[in-house]
Amino acid sequence: MVIDARGIRKAFGSTVALDGVDLQVDEGRIVGLIGPNGAGKTTALNAILGLTPYQGQLTVLGRDPWTSRSRLMHDVAYIADVAVLPRWIRVSQLLDFAGGVHPRFDRAKAEGFLAKTAIRRNARVRELSKGMVAQLHLALVMAIDARLLVLDEPTLGLDILFRKQFYDSLLNDYFDGSRTILVTTHQVEEIQDILTDVVFINHGRIVFRSSMEEFESRYLELVVPPDRVAAARALRPLHERQVLGRSILLIENGDRQQLAALGEVRKPSLAELFVAVMESKGATP
Amino acid sequence: MSSGAMAWSVKREVWENRSIYLAPVIVGALIAITSIPATVMGLNSPVSRFSSHIEIAGGAVMGTTLIVAIFYCLDALYGERRDRSILFWKSMPVSDSEAVLSKMFVPMAILPVVTFAVTVATQFIMLLLTSAILSMKGEAVTPLWNLPWPQMSSGLLYHLVVVHSLYYAPIFGWLLLVSAWAKRLPFLWAFLPPAAIGIIEKFVFNSTHFGNMLGSLISGGMDGSPKKGSLMMLWPAHPFEFLGRPGFWIGWLFAATCLTAAILLRRGRDPI
Repeated sequence: MVIDARGIRKAFGSTVALDGVDLQVDEGRIVGLIGPNGAGKTTALNAILGLTPYQGQLTVLGRDPWTSRSRLMHDVAYIADVAVLPRWIRVSQLLDFAGGVHPRFDRAKAEGFLAKTAIRRNARVRELSKGMVAQLHLALVMAIDARLLVLDEPTLGLDILFRKQFYDSLLNDYFDGSRTILVTTHQVEEIQDILTDVVFINHGRIVFRSSMEEFESRYLELVVPPDRVAAARALRPLHERQVLGRSILLIENGDRQQLAALGEVRKPSLAELFVAVMESKGATP
Repeated sequence: MSSGAMAWSVKREVWENRSIYLAPVIVGALIAITSIPATVMGLNSPVSRFSSHIEIAGGAVMGTTLIVAIFYCLDALYGERRDRSILFWKSMPVSDSEAVLSKMFVPMAILPVVTFAVTVATQFIMLLLTSAILSMKGEAVTPLWNLPWPQMSSGLLYHLVVVHSLYYAPIFGWLLLVSAWAKRLPFLWAFLPPAAIGIIEKFVFNSTHFGNMLGSLISGGMDGSPKKGSLMMLWPAHPFEFLGRPGFWIGWLFAATCLTAAILLRRGRDPI
């Protein structure tokens, strides 16, 4: 098991950021950790990365992240946020430093990724655009032969082209089935197709978890015209919204045949389920 | 602790803080250049005048690096939290101890070495320029070359190692601690508490022990050195006597405490 968290608690003064988080992540999974602002996503990642102390039991790759962060970083790479690369550093210095301190950093690989971008080796980070800084950081972490990659809002504030490129190269050039990726983002739709597992967090608790396979077989989206809404509602949808006069309903454990008679059956969207879960469980902390 | 991580961490400090070498080099160069007009105007002869010009050069470079050291320490663990780059540094397999100790290494070792090299180079350039101009004017240059250069340079090195590094360790430790702790205004947090303690002591007890202690720390306890103005002033009569002073070791204990606290703070501190 790559991550094994049991009953993780963390409070800042009287504010409880993590209220007993249990999370198990196996090797080779791509897990999306999704939650509204202030749900405890970043605190959970910080605990996993050894950046913050916590109560409870947590091992990452068999180690206690808080007491052995620097050793753990041989096997864990992360992008904590956009734009945390030091602004004064030159690209070449960044590669020198990573090559100097990181035993699993492959400089040639990083150079290879950078060759596909417009990033100059002697440029300073502050001279690069936001998108280029994200490309640079991604090239750096993808050149680390890590077992766990943690990404916290890695594409925040980037335009859609960069965001798409970012996840494409993550999947094509990095992920090989033996690595594990844990990612948080607000843009749920964009990562839905790359995830193997999804975890919703709210008020410092895990409120929903599922593999994507299970999610897609368990939930369905039904699009019905107004005259069939009443019949569809009888199936007790988890969530309903109106788009252009038609109703879109999220149905759990529905029968495909029966639903198809009412309207168009579609693959469920994570964003839809997220809203449904947050509205039902989110109101009561 | 790995020596590779330490060495690269020190290297990256020098990359980031170019003032470590640029500031003393600029000051040294400016002073070296002044020896041209000074000699032309006859201010660098007799040799005693030249030697005080040399001393000014040494003092100016030393003062510059001391200011660089203070600002460096105050920003070392504060700036990385303010610009959030600490999140990147912590994603590398460098421990907090390695990170903090590599930052302590800069004022303790890098700056003294830079100060020594720049001062010796500056003084040598001044010697060459002054000699050249004096010989053009037909004046004797041998007295300049007969100054006790080896003793002056070794005295400078001794002073840098013992005072600017070993004696000032508690000052650098304190500044790094404030830098790791402060959420804002590290400069104020570094200098207000000592000033407040001195003032309160004066008002409450009408004594100045704290101020005296700081004074003796800053002077490096070099009260027993030869009189001011002597070229040998940096060589005290008993060069290793300081090792027997309790104050010196108490200072180191204080420095070690500050560094330990700074390491623990860096470990759990959030970006600002």
